[in-house]
Amino acid sequence: MVEINASGTYYKELNQKIRAAVEKGEKEIVLKNVNGQYYIGAGFVGSTNITIEGVPGNDLAAFMDGPTLRIKSNAQDNISNTMNSGKVIVEGNAGDVLGYGMRGGKLHIRGDVGYRVGIHMKGNKKQTPTIIVGGTAGDFFGEYMAGGILVLLGLDSTGPLVGDYLGTGMHGGMIFVRGEVDKNLCGAEVGILDLDEDDHKILKDALTDYCKDFGLKLEDIMKKGFKKLVPVSLRPYGNLYAY
Amino acid sequence: MFKSLAPPDYLATIDREKCIRCKRCIQNCGWNVYSWGGDKVLIDTFKCVKCLRCYHYCPEEAIEIKDNPTKFKQNAYWSFNNIKNIKKQAETGGIPLTGMGSDMPYPILFDNLLIDACQVTNPSIDPLREPMELRTYLGKKPSNVKVEKTKDGKLKLAEKMPPQIKLDLPIIFSPMSYGSISLNAQKVLATAAKACGIVMNTGEGGLHEDLFPYRSNIIVQVASGRFGVNPEYLNAGVAVEIKIGQGAKPGIGGHLPGEKIPLEVAKTRMIPVGTDAISPAPQHDIYSIEDLRQLIYAIKETTNYKPVSVKIAAVHNVAAIASGVVRAGADIVYIDGFRGGTGAAPSIIRDHLGIPIEHALAAVDDRLRQEGIRNEASIIAAGGIRSSADVAKAIALGADAVGIGTAALITMGCTTCGKCYTGNCSWGITTQRPELTARLDPEVFGDRLTNLIHAWEHELKEILGALGINSIESLRGNRERLRGVGLDSFTLDILGVKPAGR
Repeated sequence: MVEINASGTYYKELNQKIRAAVEKGEKEIVLKNVNGQYYIGAGFVGSTNITIEGVPGNDLAAFMDGPTLRIKSNAQDNISNTMNSGKVIVEGNAGDVLGYGMRGGKLHIRGDVGYRVGIHMKGNKKQTPTIIVGGTAGDFFGEYMAGGILVLLGLDSTGPLVGDYLGTGMHGGMIFVRGEVDKNLCGAEVGILDLDEDDHKILKDALTDYCKDFGLKLEDIMKKGFKKLVPVSLRPYGNLYAY
Repeated sequence: MFKSLAPPDYLATIDREKCIRCKRCIQNCGWNVYSWGGDKVLIDTFKCVKCLRCYHYCPEEAIEIKDNPTKFKQNAYWSFNNIKNIKKQAETGGIPLTGMGSDMPYPILFDNLLIDACQVTNPSIDPLREPMELRTYLGKKPSNVKVEKTKDGKLKLAEKMPPQIKLDLPIIFSPMSYGSISLNAQKVLATAAKACGIVMNTGEGGLHEDLFPYRSNIIVQVASGRFGVNPEYLNAGVAVEIKIGQGAKPGIGGHLPGEKIPLEVAKTRMIPVGTDAISPAPQHDIYSIEDLRQLIYAIKETTNYKPVSVKIAAVHNVAAIASGVVRAGADIVYIDGFRGGTGAAPSIIRDHLGIPIEHALAAVDDRLRQEGIRNEASIIAAGGIRSSADVAKAIALGADAVGIGTAALITMGCTTCGKCYTGNCSWGITTQRPELTARLDPEVFGDRLTNLIHAWEHELKEILGALGINSIESLRGNRERLRGVGLDSFTLDILGVKPAGR
């Protein structure tokens, strides 16, 4: 294990230090006194575990391909931007535009998230990106979603569960929301369904891992019912053009 | 239901006396215009787009494609396309699509600019006998350089130069994705780029493994759909381009319909087969110059500081936007004029949004100079470059290099029929149908594209020779060597060019 003190270090220098440690084959890295440095873990490849103490800055884990990051406090915007694989665990709240264009890996957030989370997430045969939000989310949750799984739990929340334009332009993947979903909040491309057996299995698998990360009990979460949001059509704009 | 009231654009005709019923036209047409009727070739002329594949492959020259004489009555105000689009929209309720660059009769400034030449008082240069320097480096240039002496008395730079892309001549191939064009078409671009010492651009469609050997001649693109983007991809080429906009469709996104996403395209884009590949209009992580800076530096962090290019469409306020892009940290600003090509765009957008590259380029170059940041980024001008004369004029207006797309496709057989969006290209360029793409031999057409670039290289050298200069660097932003003909004083002022005769 290696400890890096990020106090007063510019992001470029900090990332060089972390990258050097990763390239040396270090498997456990702890970053102390992180204070808003951008791009931590950006483009990192491999299987290192990085623990972050303090609040990391924007574009955490952008383009990341493999490592696991655990953030012991809140995090900011653009986490897991176009991430390919790996895992990011945020013990507090996180900001806007999380998981934009994310293709694989997991993003687990214990608290609330901001706007535009899970925009244009996409999966394929081999990859299923997963974002699980413990608290509430803002507008445009899952906009343009093309694949993967988005889960919104609303644990210990008092305010509204989710904002407007839920799943607007969605053409793939699925969104699971714990509780009821107001159709008026959803984009026209979204259908609200009850979960079938396969869905329950997918959801349980995803949540089991989530619960392990935060020491939660799956039974407690599953006490309340879920709704599934899926695109009504894989070709929402199929009739838009005159040839 | 009666047949469409939009009459066919073209009449495909076969001279029945000459026709030997070899059926090559049936095999060659990607649009199914021809079919076999038992004793003769039948023609469905409604499907004809005048791509001329059948004409070229008819051994008897029996085929003639005529403009339909029974089109709507000619009218200087209501054009054929106006009326046809209304009829089509009335029948379908949809948006008419189109391919390639706008063919509308807006003024073409390149054709109103003339290049200077030397006579008597200053000598011209013969490029066949004297060296001519076309080499171009794209990237951030320092505002001054410090040199120091090494121990053996040689001079070297005291500070490290920012990363540069080396081009043997100031031309690159414009971004065209695998999906919008075929893999063979991309291979043509890649082989020619390698042979000519220039670069191609993947567009937003990922990088197919067959192109890995050409990585030192490839710029990879990141756009709003983030297709095929991972750390390996970002590091695969010589630079990364962030696409904000495209000249043919500024402000709107891309949309590759699911039926055009077969296995190989899906694998390269890293998405499932058959789902729509939607590139949203904005990049939802970029709502400001600061956000753009964030993405530029996220890419630089991921690529150990490779040059980053930002592609924007030429729009009204392009000078201020380009200034912001440079201040955001871009090493290259790629400006795409409204004549720029596209694989698919609503014709209403293509023909009515954006501004010409000539105005945009002059305005951007001026603004960056005024602000003292012209050295901070190179400018690539694109969107309607048709010849080496356009290249020379663009460079004199301030471009470091130009991007060519349509011109490159024409070497592969493209006849600018403008039907790229149908996916039926009979020349195997803008299609994924295997029986059509197999027609485009990357080696044969790679040689042809290489020929074109070498021909333009010779022409550029001749132009420089006539100007009495021996380096493209001396022409760059040298608007004194241009004159305008038939341009009003406002336009001359924007271009920074004097009228001919002055």
